[in-house]
Amino acid sequence: MRQKEFIRIASGQGYWGDLPQAPYWQVSKGQTDYLVMDYLAEVTMSILQKQKSRDPKLGYAKDLLSVIEKILPLVVEKNIKVITNGGGVNPQACRDAIFEIAKKAGVKGLKIGVVYGDDIYGRIDELLGSGIDLKNMDTGDSLRTVRDRLQSANVYFGAFPIAEALRQGAQIVLTGRATDTGLTLAPMIYEFGWNEQEFDKLAAGIIAGHILECGGQSSGGNYLKDWKNVPDLANIGFPIAEAYPDATIYITKHNGTGGLVSVDTIKEQLLYEIGDPREYITPEVIADFTSVKLESAGDNRVKVFDIKGKPPTEFYKVSMAYSDGYYAIGTLTYGWPDALEKAQAADKIMRQRLKNLGFEYDEFHTEFLGYNSCHGPLSPVTSELNEVVLRVAVRGNDHDAVDAFGRQLVPLVLTGPPTVTGFGGGRPKPQDVVAYWPSLISKTAVKPIVEVTQI
Amino acid sequence: MLNPPTIFGGFIERNFVEMKKVQLLKLAHARSGDKGDASNVGLIARKPEYYPILKEKVTADVVKKHFTGICKGKVERFELPNLYALNFLLHEALGGGGTVSLRNDAQGKTMSTALLRLEIDVPDELVIE
Repeated sequence: MRQKEFIRIASGQGYWGDLPQAPYWQVSKGQTDYLVMDYLAEVTMSILQKQKSRDPKLGYAKDLLSVIEKILPLVVEKNIKVITNGGGVNPQACRDAIFEIAKKAGVKGLKIGVVYGDDIYGRIDELLGSGIDLKNMDTGDSLRTVRDRLQSANVYFGAFPIAEALRQGAQIVLTGRATDTGLTLAPMIYEFGWNEQEFDKLAAGIIAGHILECGGQSSGGNYLKDWKNVPDLANIGFPIAEAYPDATIYITKHNGTGGLVSVDTIKEQLLYEIGDPREYITPEVIADFTSVKLESAGDNRVKVFDIKGKPPTEFYKVSMAYSDGYYAIGTLTYGWPDALEKAQAADKIMRQRLKNLGFEYDEFHTEFLGYNSCHGPLSPVTSELNEVVLRVAVRGNDHDAVDAFGRQLVPLVLTGPPTVTGFGGGRPKPQDVVAYWPSLISKTAVKPIVEVTQI
Repeated sequence: MLNPPTIFGGFIERNFVEMKKVQLLKLAHARSGDKGDASNVGLIARKPEYYPILKEKVTADVVKKHFTGICKGKVERFELPNLYALNFLLHEALGGGGTVSLRNDAQGKTMSTALLRLEIDVPDELVIE
């Protein structure tokens, strides 16, 4: 294979529920070689695991199918490769569903790769039995404390198994729990032949992945510095990483799209959801965000270069979810005058009534939207509010107590402070709390499996 | 505001600097998100020349104090001089973290501007646009 001078990797989704038209824009509005889409948040897997237990043909991001349906003809015509972790806990079923779409569209010879082996939910007792304790990496607690309430357990694999699927000719690669950053690094590994020891290059690919993984958030979305002057957000161009074999990256977007790619939009995204910037740990490398250099390279084009990385750890991160009681949230809107005082009085009355009934909660949380739900005690009252939304929420293990909370909220309309509205949604009902259990596992204990199939 | 001038024998010491209070919003932009129950706040100097001031004035202790009642744990600070930026981790600040939190802002998306409310002392001659 002749090495390409550069490749263009386009971000299509930053999370499950992101702008549905973005993937089509990315494959239709300019040159794209790879489309990468992130669908998985920390506890998404538990929802998918539940769906799979009800129906063995489910357990992946179903929204992905309508995206594929829309983009497949163009993807095939232009030979664009698609990489996504939307396979969830059932990438094989996702593959089969996409093959069905391809058949209906008359697409022949499509090759789909799946990467799995990340789902260790069914292996937990075996792993615990073999001395792998999967303790909570934040609290140090033993997994046995929540074992019977566990809902999902997935290992974060990285870019190399995806690159292997590409090497075997896959045009679409579906993974389970792969890192968001790995989706972007994988095509660079495959196209430029980077190996597992080229840590600076791998780190550059990871940082490109970090810039792409939240979609429009690096191309003008949620941009704080000068948000009023970001042009045409209605037609926001999602970010594209133009990657070169020497690991120089240019971040850009398609010509004619809205939004903004600048040194400052990239800076904001680089600082998003990071801890120690010198130690950004991924399965393939530890990337150093303090080494990144940024330089404007024209209109909506930023050069990202000089990135350093060092060898990874011996562990994969594991993301687990377990059920942890119930919660309910409700709101009521109070109007002028004395809107805040009325909402505060209503909160007090409600707490008193629940206390009188003998209900207790692990947490009872009150906020006043329009006053303090963003900045809490840092919110000054500057003038009298025209209206305020009382937002109350409870959490606990007692389902009856959480249910009772819902039953006590709406009656405030006729038995509490005056001029209240906004109860149209009815009584808030108890919802399951799904809590997150982060852990580590030795890389020798799990193996990614790559499977490429053609129709 | 003036730093109290030191007076020696009737004249004011020459090296005192007149200071003024400035809200961080004028000096920096920011983005925030969640890392479990910790909120990460990235603080970026609007101009490179503001970075040394941020580094000196916006310490972990100052941020911890600023977030009294919100951040229940420690505050860690990391420097990214290449981006003229600081990154803060505010531990135990999100009511238990993303999926457990009852907060309207469970992911700490607005912690960024909460930090930008902070007022710091800067030299009077510092030009701020």
